[in-house]
Amino acid sequence: MKKLITLILLLLLPMSVFASGSVGLQEADIDLSDNASLQRGAKTYVTYCLGCHSAKHIRYKRIALDLGIEDAAVLKDIAPVGAAIYDQMHSAMNGHDANKWFGTTPPDLSLIARSRGADWLYSYLKGFYVDKSKPLGVNNTVFEDVGMPNMLWQLQGLQTAVYKEGEGKEKVIEKLIIEEKGTMSEEEFDKTVNDLVNFLVYVGEPVQLERERIGKYVLFFLLMFLGIAYLLKKEYWKDIH
Amino acid sequence: MINEDVDTSKRQFLTKALTVVGAVGAGYLAVPFLSQMQPSAKAMAAGAPVEVDISKMEEGQLLRVAWRGKPVWVLNRTSEALKTLASLESQLVDPASNESIQPETSKNAVRSIKPEIFIAVGLCTHLGCSPTFRPEIAPHDLGDDWKGGFFCPCHGSKFDLAGRVYSSVPAPTNLDVPPYRYVTDTHIIIGEDLEEKAA
Amino acid sequence: MKPSRIEACGHWVEKRFPMSKLWNDHMAQYYAPKNFNFWYFFGSLALLILVNQFITGILLTMNYKPDAKLAFDSVEYIMRDVDWGWLVRYMHSTGASAFFIVVYLHMFRGLIYGSFKQPRELIWTFGMLIFVCLMAEAFMGYLLPWGQMSYWGAQVIISLFSAIPVIGDDLSLWIRGDYVISDATLNRFFAFHVIAVPLVLIMLVFLHIVALHEVGSNNPDGIEIKESKDPWGHPVDGIPFHPYYSVKDIVGVAVFMLFFATIIFYMPEMGGYFLEHANFIPADPLKTPEHIAPVWYFTPFYAILRAVPDKFAGVIAMGGSIVVLFLLPWLDRSPVKSIRYRGGIFKKAIVLFVISFLVLGYLGTQPATYGAVIAARIFTAIYFGFFLLMPIYTRWEKTKPVPKSLTMQPTLEERIPAMKATLDEMLIKTSVETSAGQIKTQVKPNTAGIIKVLTRFVKNLKASLE
Repeated sequence: MKKLITLILLLLLPMSVFASGSVGLQEADIDLSDNASLQRGAKTYVTYCLGCHSAKHIRYKRIALDLGIEDAAVLKDIAPVGAAIYDQMHSAMNGHDANKWFGTTPPDLSLIARSRGADWLYSYLKGFYVDKSKPLGVNNTVFEDVGMPNMLWQLQGLQTAVYKEGEGKEKVIEKLIIEEKGTMSEEEFDKTVNDLVNFLVYVGEPVQLERERIGKYVLFFLLMFLGIAYLLKKEYWKDIH
Repeated sequence: MINEDVDTSKRQFLTKALTVVGAVGAGYLAVPFLSQMQPSAKAMAAGAPVEVDISKMEEGQLLRVAWRGKPVWVLNRTSEALKTLASLESQLVDPASNESIQPETSKNAVRSIKPEIFIAVGLCTHLGCSPTFRPEIAPHDLGDDWKGGFFCPCHGSKFDLAGRVYSSVPAPTNLDVPPYRYVTDTHIIIGEDLEEKAA
Repeated sequence: MKPSRIEACGHWVEKRFPMSKLWNDHMAQYYAPKNFNFWYFFGSLALLILVNQFITGILLTMNYKPDAKLAFDSVEYIMRDVDWGWLVRYMHSTGASAFFIVVYLHMFRGLIYGSFKQPRELIWTFGMLIFVCLMAEAFMGYLLPWGQMSYWGAQVIISLFSAIPVIGDDLSLWIRGDYVISDATLNRFFAFHVIAVPLVLIMLVFLHIVALHEVGSNNPDGIEIKESKDPWGHPVDGIPFHPYYSVKDIVGVAVFMLFFATIIFYMPEMGGYFLEHANFIPADPLKTPEHIAPVWYFTPFYAILRAVPDKFAGVIAMGGSIVVLFLLPWLDRSPVKSIRYRGGIFKKAIVLFVISFLVLGYLGTQPATYGAVIAARIFTAIYFGFFLLMPIYTRWEKTKPVPKSLTMQPTLEERIPAMKATLDEMLIKTSVETSAGQIKTQVKPNTAGIIKVLTRFVKNLKASLE
């Protein structure tokens, strides 16, 4: 009886996987089978991020293979000028200059989706607001005192923070509103950021879709194996009373 | 206590069935384990084609580039050197290049697309040492008949300026010629054939 | 009759190597109790996982670079550029966590059926040595990816050695090979993880199985089957391991592989418990992550360490929590082996122990807030109480009479009718006619029935703890 309970408790432990939700993060809509979204995200990355942030663990060739684009198309539309198809996504900025300008080297983003999570990245990229007290003029709701400028401000526009009414010395942000409009509407911007985050999730583990696809066959095979093994066991154990 | 009334045929069938399924599973599992030893994408990237600019090459000059980790020679042959090639045929094992490795475009008397530029993998076909470049005529260590070519110091194999192997040396075949093509008259890509480009 | 080629080869080997004797002594004529249940799968599964770690580990070392500047990138190289490298990596990381799940369940079996008691104390000791080596192997293996958690987790744990008075600082320096965790540490941990500890592990597993086969396996009833033998000298309640348990263990392997494959192909990170999120950031000696926690399988012991306010005393407590496990054969004074026939107090003690282990494990993953530390202290006391008070509460427990021969429990299939009956009690099924004229069965929960079932469940629960 208690063994049954111990077992149930143990089987419920994996449910803790779902315990790690974070309060206050907006949900990104990740769909790695949406090649068009990934391609748009790749383009956005190269245009706005690759200048400082390398993604050195992914090669352009891999992007071409996984997203179903021709090598020539990748080199023309996505990769920066002068890249070869087998190159890794390196940034043009060198660490020395970065340290001088930013006080730190902008981190490589190949695995940022695996360490921070898609929802965090989505909220972060949408969460910049004007803050005159900061050296770069911006702050971020998700990453306090961030040392990165808002690269997407022209698309999003400039946001300001609306603080909660009430006592207490800590000012709590209730929401962000767009003071100055950017070139994109809120919907378009959300979609662009979503595509970018989608791309970063892909870069974090390019083999993800493939691994889930293969998994079906493996599980089916193992079920078959289990079936025959069980029949064999029952047959032999007819001997035992 | 152990039952004597055993249905042996059923047991044998099930055991065989399980063994077969198990073997298939083991085979499927072995495939990833064995193929992970194959050259990785990084090795493939390193094996990518190499571009060579020959606009500044002088006559008689030899350029060395690396392709797939191997030395590849780009030789600007002089017109005198080209003239001597035909006279050497009796001393060669395979003057028509029937046994050696080269792309179709280099299967000719001079073993190259354009006669002045000779491209070959700089590894002796005996055991893989890299031969020395000996363009001089009749040096004292190679004899008066030497009209210029490549000499491998490891075991003494000799090749002419079209990479063709002399008879009575350890090396069995002519030097390998890699796939290559001319993008322009002075811009060559080694590692890509004309057919590959079209593909 | 002239022997066939195969038979002739067999004879040639037989004259020079005791092939048949080994096969008989350890498989075909090794008599094991016939009533092995679910808890008896985990030994063979542990062996399977050991083989998995060996094979995937060797494949990983073909591409992994044990250099502080290259290690992190080499792991990503394996994940992306090496054909099927991702599969090998996930099999190894999932295997490590699976190893601990299986080993903890395997140890729990020993605990509840008294498999550690006389004459099996040495099997238990070898097993505990395997457990200690396994923890060392996992700890050193975790440094190798050289992520933030690898680095800082190792930094924290190795610095514990400096708490030892007099020799502590020199000891830490000697272990690390440097003043902080560095390339020197990585290289030596690689050497230990890849060859030194695996060699010791193989030897210990061999000794563990040899000791087991010398005495014979225990069983869920805790009685010695060798005490009643049939006219042929075989235990009456024993059956040859091959073919009965080889065939049954294959089923166990198949079920395990289903779970294993599901994790590898659909959730290899396991929510950040099997592959921690912070470890996808390269190690940075200048920046400590907000939240350092050891991998899940170490968290109970980590919670015990943090529960004690003094650093050195905490180290002693953490070490002590393993040492008491070694002492188990001599702490338990009951003449009865299996929990089935033990007194209520031991049963309740086991429940408390399991709860304390699980709660301590959870607390080890959380930051050390004031409340968490208080809770950790309470459950550390329960954990140690289970062992240290055992000589007292087991000597005078009211045991039940132990059967003379093995009892066989109902199989899974035999329990199904009873399970179905219970399910029926909890539901009301009515036939309803739909608008299209068809008869459908409407199923609704039966509140009265559910309450009855739950009451019965609680009553049975209480009775089982007597």
